[in-house]
Amino acid sequence: MPDPKTIAVAMSGGVDSSAVAAMLRAEGHNIIGLTMQLWNQRRLAGHEGMPEQVTGRCCSLDDVYDARRVAEHIGIPYYVVNHEERFERDVVRPFVAEYLSGRTPIPCSLCNNHLKFDQLLIVAQQIGADCVATGHYARVEYDDSRGRWLLKRPADRGKDQTYFLFGLTQEQLSRTLFPLGGMTKPEVRELARKQGLALAEKPDSQEICFVPGGDYKRFIDAYLAESGEALPDTAGELVTASGEVIGEHSGIYNFTVGQRKGLGVATGSPLYVIQINGADKQVVVGSDEHLYSQTLRARRVNLISVDDLREPIRVSVKIRHRHEAAPAMLEKIAADEVLVTFDQPQRAITPGQAAVFYDDEVVVGGAWIV
Amino acid sequence: MLRIYLDNNATTPVLPEVLEAMRPYFGEHFGNASSIHHHGQQTRAAVERARDSVASLLGCRPAEIVFTSGGTEGDNLAIAGLTSPGDHIITSSIEHHAVLLSCKHLEENGCEVTYVPVDGRGLVDPDDVHRALRPNTKLISIMLANNETGVLQPVEEIGKIAAEAEVCFHTDAVQAAGKIRLDVKQIGCDALSISGHKMHAPQGVGALYVRKGTHLQPLFFGGRHERSRRAGTENVPGIVALGKAAELAMQGFERGDDKKMSALRDRLQQGILAQVEEAGLNGQDAPRVPNTTNIYFDHIEGESMVISLDLKGLAVSTGAACSSGAIEPSHVLLAMGMRADRARASIRFSLGKQNTEEDIDIALALVPETVARLRELSPTCRKIAIGS
Repeated sequence: MPDPKTIAVAMSGGVDSSAVAAMLRAEGHNIIGLTMQLWNQRRLAGHEGMPEQVTGRCCSLDDVYDARRVAEHIGIPYYVVNHEERFERDVVRPFVAEYLSGRTPIPCSLCNNHLKFDQLLIVAQQIGADCVATGHYARVEYDDSRGRWLLKRPADRGKDQTYFLFGLTQEQLSRTLFPLGGMTKPEVRELARKQGLALAEKPDSQEICFVPGGDYKRFIDAYLAESGEALPDTAGELVTASGEVIGEHSGIYNFTVGQRKGLGVATGSPLYVIQINGADKQVVVGSDEHLYSQTLRARRVNLISVDDLREPIRVSVKIRHRHEAAPAMLEKIAADEVLVTFDQPQRAITPGQAAVFYDDEVVVGGAWIV
Repeated sequence: MLRIYLDNNATTPVLPEVLEAMRPYFGEHFGNASSIHHHGQQTRAAVERARDSVASLLGCRPAEIVFTSGGTEGDNLAIAGLTSPGDHIITSSIEHHAVLLSCKHLEENGCEVTYVPVDGRGLVDPDDVHRALRPNTKLISIMLANNETGVLQPVEEIGKIAAEAEVCFHTDAVQAAGKIRLDVKQIGCDALSISGHKMHAPQGVGALYVRKGTHLQPLFFGGRHERSRRAGTENVPGIVALGKAAELAMQGFERGDDKKMSALRDRLQQGILAQVEEAGLNGQDAPRVPNTTNIYFDHIEGESMVISLDLKGLAVSTGAACSSGAIEPSHVLLAMGMRADRARASIRFSLGKQNTEEDIDIALALVPETVARLRELSPTCRKIAIGS
């Protein structure tokens, strides 16, 4: 057995992170269980359109209860740490602002960058832990030849979460463990059963943790109402790609690129949102073929396997979590901006989402699509 | 691991004598105190002996004691039981949530509530209470000792204001009972709540003093227990324990235990402040109960401090735990005008009768080294070090 370490495990109350805690404990390490309290699920409960009761989600009392039970079962100290203020500032507010500007945000990446692998690492270090382990499906390893920490795809491709982890810095990766990187989900459930964890059969969480039922529009309405802020008027025109006005819409935040339903116009052929112009509040619609584009530009670049992009390189690029990485050329076109040129046009490239660059198994880096 | 417990304002261990006193009431003396037979008579006698003891502790008549399930019930019963919709209530911004949220609830149901502020020392100004009086003021509820800072409020002056205005005065004495001598007549209150587990009796028992002649509407309806003021079969073992804890507290005052406690607390406080820079006392220059000290350590997160110390075997606390167990910045420290980061960097140390000089020695070794470590790893502290 390697030297026992003191490891803080980020426990969400789900199967994956519970299995991580149980596994590392069984390996003989000193484990400290931590749950981040990020959002008060009852905060917007009862606001118009929001459910009265919210359970069974990230940061819900049920999940904290489950995490606490697991900690008690495997015999580790366990604490809930409060990061609600940072979460609201660094995740919830940007999430709302992005939608109101006509982009489609990914709060999970922001949470990873600003909370799980930033604040939690600080807390872990302060309480004497050498590193933080999480239940993400990804692999991290040190590459001697490059002298860099690498983020790699997991054994279970279907559960691959590297898309959400592209923002991790070398410093963060050096203190992070992803013990499930080599396992499949059924193996993880089996491990949880063998460890006697009562939640081995608990369903996976799918949606954005702070948005009940996945209805982000209602969330934005309720959030702004609660903060006493007026919902900005983002209503405007519905136009075609050639600039013809064909109708009106109730607000750009109700739309996302590729959306077909809810446009409020009837035409002979199916219409899709192909672009959202935040500045003039226009939603541009067109046919399916208008959704395809061969290039994208992305800013706020984070590189992992390389320290710089000195010349264009061949990569495959994922433009959303559920997207098959597509072959492309990646090149730097400004200090903090890259251009991705795909071999084949890609459907619904969406500003606000991330473009994550892969060299086979290895995450080269990523950036935010503009 | 050797564990030192310095969080006695959260709860206290049951003293061995208290445990001994209550033990027979789980077994051989199991009767319902309302029953007319031998078994009931035995437990009735025990309940009434306990009532005598608690009455002595508070300087009131036994008939003025209502046994409750604890401090929260006592506060709820007093506040809801002494007011009706349309009444005005005066309370303070640093009350325990049992008082604050009771008032908030009544506010939503037709009462008016004034929350008087505190100064930087954590003290309510009696003049503020006086100025807040209205023709429909029915109740003043101001705590005796604050749970987080230990600061003692000017309850006698407030009692006089209440008497003059012919307004009921309730005081939450949960953090004072057993720590300082109490006399309801001297305080001039009409109601006073205490909790067993803050004074070395078990959790789940407490008492509310209600001055004779004060009309109290019950919260619970059912049997005619506690002179129809609190329905529900008496928690006999708990009540016996509370009676015993009250006796032990009174004996302690005779022996000067409170002075010893305050000397021990002062040694802890001075020892920490002598060793740690950029730290200070919250509630400085205000009278305090002898067991509590609340200290801020700039550039740390109280949460990390509590966890780090717990992992080394020292139990202390910071802020208030919310329902998930996460810590929120203390509303008491914020009400004292403290910056949120300093409120989050504040730690409460609270002693109990079981604590020894050795406990303090260990705490004095652990606290400075932990603060130093946290500061070394603190992002704000690093920035300051680089900047200077």
